[in-house]
Amino acid sequence: MKLGEIIKIVEGLLITENADLNTEIHCACGADLMSDVLTHTRTGALLLTGLTNPQAVRTAEVADIAAIVFVRGKKPPPETVSLAREKGIPLVAAPYTMFELCGRLYRAGMLSCDL
Amino acid sequence: MVENKETPTPSAAASGITKVQELIYELKIKQVMTSPVLTVTPETRMAQLKELLRTRKISGAPVLDQGKLVGIVSIEDLIKSLLDGKADLPVSERMTGRIITVQEEESVVEAIRKFAEYGVGRLPVVDARGQLAGILTGSDITRGLLNAIGLHHHEDEIQRYRASHIFEDIQSEDTSLILRYRIKACDFDCGGEASSKIRRALKRLGANPQVIRRVGIATYEAEMNIIIHTTHGGEIQTEIQPHRVQIIATDQGPGIEDVRRALEPGYSTAPEWIRELGFGAGMGLVNIGKCSDEMKLGSTPGVGTRLEIVIFLQSNNSQSAQTQGDPVAEKKAEGGER
Repeated sequence: MKLGEIIKIVEGLLITENADLNTEIHCACGADLMSDVLTHTRTGALLLTGLTNPQAVRTAEVADIAAIVFVRGKKPPPETVSLAREKGIPLVAAPYTMFELCGRLYRAGMLSCDL
Repeated sequence: MVENKETPTPSAAASGITKVQELIYELKIKQVMTSPVLTVTPETRMAQLKELLRTRKISGAPVLDQGKLVGIVSIEDLIKSLLDGKADLPVSERMTGRIITVQEEESVVEAIRKFAEYGVGRLPVVDARGQLAGILTGSDITRGLLNAIGLHHHEDEIQRYRASHIFEDIQSEDTSLILRYRIKACDFDCGGEASSKIRRALKRLGANPQVIRRVGIATYEAEMNIIIHTTHGGEIQTEIQPHRVQIIATDQGPGIEDVRRALEPGYSTAPEWIRELGFGAGMGLVNIGKCSDEMKLGSTPGVGTRLEIVIFLQSNNSQSAQTQGDPVAEKKAEGGER
């Protein structure tokens, strides 16, 4: 699924400029604890999280995550955004809850990361 | 504005523009000017100038009177005199006496400024003694920049090649590259920087992406453990050898009370406020175990902790995470026994 499609499905707002909306993302992972993310994500995954501190971006970099969607409409602070720009990781803010967003993506055919 | 980062830039075009801006300040005029320069004397006739400009495909020439720069005559001057029907005039009648020059040791940005300020088409270039050394036009600058960018790309490629062959180029019984990072306790802002730098180093050395990922995750978790749990911080030492990477994370306290329990998935001794930052899942050491081929954890409460991780680089040596046996835990009995 392309990043552009994902942003439409989650009704999200792209926070970082210059993101490649054609990036192919193959699976998604929803987590608020960073070590959970590192446990079983595959390369090029989408991360849905409520955690907006810069460590979310650090974890994403280490886990080769393709993009981050912040749930419940949370807007990340400037430190997080500038770190994401530096690392080239697109950030999206989406208005719905984690459960709702995961459900929407799952229904649209997005795969789970541990499969 | 030097770009030394190995992080992927948004686009190749963007980094190209930055390079050009750098080069405009770095390149000296003498590196891009045309030299030797074709000159005329004050007595040269316009008709001769016409032939010179036509055959040599240039747009103007400095006028030298016995070696001294006295003016400059351009194709515009030539056209004007042809329109006036005066092909036989000496160039001294039409040349511009007020000459704007640049020094050969100045940077290209100076020439660009002068082109903008005076609206001239060409700038004679003089040396430190004021002697004519060359001539500079806009196209000379463009050509010089393009050549320089071409060279830079070539150099970048050479550097990348060299770095990835460093273990072949340097001969010894056993070569290793050791990277050391000091980690400060509670320094969340910098959390992840050491692992990021280690990943970058491995990329430069041409390591397999899977290895880079595993080293990255293991080091990140070790780094965050030092930040979250220690009182005085610690150190991460990464030793890179041709066949393996060894990571040693050490700290000076408070130590792990129960190492066996610490290795259990989900068990965490992190305080509550850590969970608000997204940590304390209790999966750190488990993740490290999954990523590494060998793991040794030892700790003495009140003294410190030492975590050793080994990841093999050749794919036939490295076992996949799940098939590896449980990480070995050692308990140093110095301080007390449970």
